[in-house]
Amino acid sequence: MSNRLLPFYATLLIAVVAYGLCVMQFPNMFSTRVLGNLLTDNAFLGIAAVGMTFVIISGGIDLSVGSVIAFTGVLIAVLVGWYGFHPLVAFAIALLLSTLFGAGMGAIIHYLDVPAFIVTLAGMFLARGLSFVITTDSIPIGHEFYSTIQSLYWRMPGGGRLTVIGGLMLVVFLGGIVLAHFTRFGSYVYALGGNRQSAELMGVPVARTTVLIYALSGFLSGLAGVVFSIYTSAGYPLSAVGVELDTIAAVVIGGTLLTGGTGYVAGTLVGVAIQGIIQTYIVFDGTLSSWWTKIVVGILLFAFIALQRVLVLVSSRKAGALAPA
Amino acid sequence: MRHFTRLLLGVAAGTLMAGAASAADLTVGFSQIGSESGWRAAETSVTKQEAEKRKVDLKFADAQQKQENQIKALRGFIAQGVDAIFIAPVVETGWDTVLQEAKDAEIPVILLDRGVKASPDLYMTVVASDQVHEGKVAGDWLVKDVGDKTCNVVELQGTTGSSPAINRKKGFEDAIASHANIKITRSQTGDFTRAKGKEVMEGFLKAENGGKNICALYAHNDDMAVGAIQAIKEAGLKPGTDIKVVSIDAVPDIFQAMAAGEANATVELTPNMAGPAFDALEKFKADGTLPPKQIITESKLYTQADDPMKVYEEKKGLGY
Repeated sequence: MSNRLLPFYATLLIAVVAYGLCVMQFPNMFSTRVLGNLLTDNAFLGIAAVGMTFVIISGGIDLSVGSVIAFTGVLIAVLVGWYGFHPLVAFAIALLLSTLFGAGMGAIIHYLDVPAFIVTLAGMFLARGLSFVITTDSIPIGHEFYSTIQSLYWRMPGGGRLTVIGGLMLVVFLGGIVLAHFTRFGSYVYALGGNRQSAELMGVPVARTTVLIYALSGFLSGLAGVVFSIYTSAGYPLSAVGVELDTIAAVVIGGTLLTGGTGYVAGTLVGVAIQGIIQTYIVFDGTLSSWWTKIVVGILLFAFIALQRVLVLVSSRKAGALAPA
Repeated sequence: MRHFTRLLLGVAAGTLMAGAASAADLTVGFSQIGSESGWRAAETSVTKQEAEKRKVDLKFADAQQKQENQIKALRGFIAQGVDAIFIAPVVETGWDTVLQEAKDAEIPVILLDRGVKASPDLYMTVVASDQVHEGKVAGDWLVKDVGDKTCNVVELQGTTGSSPAINRKKGFEDAIASHANIKITRSQTGDFTRAKGKEVMEGFLKAENGGKNICALYAHNDDMAVGAIQAIKEAGLKPGTDIKVVSIDAVPDIFQAMAAGEANATVELTPNMAGPAFDALEKFKADGTLPPKQIITESKLYTQADDPMKVYEEKKGLGY
């Protein structure tokens, strides 16, 4: 087994064992209904986490995700509710803006050589502030198109519902996997995260790739915002606070190295699923404080960071042992 | 591996035992907003107490002020097949889909304390207080207490534009409207906080001849009243006698003040929203009687005659 895949397998094992234990205690959790809920309820988180996976593999970070989700939601609500745009037009405008926003942050990160942490932190405040300037209330979206999308779902055997947004998340994950592992852009992202200087020497177009990575994250945050607005049929500037941190947690638990260079989009899906399983368990139990979700996620994060560190040390020692021979 | 097997056996045994212990008739999921205020925390503890009293198996989910967490909790309850869902919604919008899912699964939903913007056939009923009535109860008390004497009232309003501030003001004004001897001479916002209540009251006292022209204080919540009582004492007057104090909410601290004779009356915003909800639910389960679309909780008046220390003892453990 390759060391690189070990964190991914560890995540998968944890997810399966955790789910198994949950089902032993609450047999109802083994149902397509819970499966459908996991997909629908975590759709926005998963979609944003795909973007975050690319950013982190490239060695960066994007803290603006949650704010961009809120901003997109508010913008769509205002365009549809106040100005009478068709939702599809509003989606297009919102996605365009969020993509440009991400690209802008990418450009600043690359050309001004500012740490991504600072630039996207500024982006986080900017987008959150903008949403509050537009409105401080929760604006309902009452368009027919929304009710149509919400009423569309594939009824799985057992009564579970695969909704449009749940399905969209799966499609985004598939797209992400293809983009990461089967395209030139994907290999550039890994190269950039592995070692920026050698990537540059190898002829990776660093500037374009950096801008594209953050544009992709912006686009997917915007898409997560679209999904979130369909999820709640409303735009609310206080929504999705801290979602960026949940996505980072999902990415790291999914086996992606925070320092960049290694990681799997598929692992992120498992990371999202683990968080969803913990939340579902807490609801099923009904006596635990919901803050246990954060505690367990915290423990898992520590465990994975430690595991990755150990793997790095072990492989460098192996390399060291081989070198003299 | 042996450890793992033991763990599994333990979980399995635990499941069996839990199954044997919970012979409850009803399982109810309760999605609470969070614990942002003392009243909210009290609502949570009272709901748990009510459930225990009625032998209802309560599944509690704290949403940490996030709508997405509430929607997730509702879906979880539906997947679990609970008998009913209680929810105190964090915002008014965005509930249609998940409420429809509950309806499709034939799980009745009861809203506590706040309403939603959704078709009324998606939920069974709303249990809430009538804020205008709360103001009116406070006003009626003052009318009865002062009789024919002239009385100048100063008013500490809640946060400007908030619905309790608007409604509690209106209710009080309605109550004193037909009594020319009582009029509101000054009215300002104290933002529902103790500090702001004290500060604004200090201003009132200075403006009204050191407080000599003030006969009564009406505060939209107890916290502001407690702050104002401090200001009255510092101005050398006796709250409760020189200036009568009436407020709304009935938090524990105001009962201490009443016991000390420093406050006169408070109108309770009951944290027991679940009691009427359980009543309605039990009736529905028994013979299918649907409750009215809105159940108004009682706005009970407490005065110094109601043994305030006893009420204080009852309330202080609820998490206010």
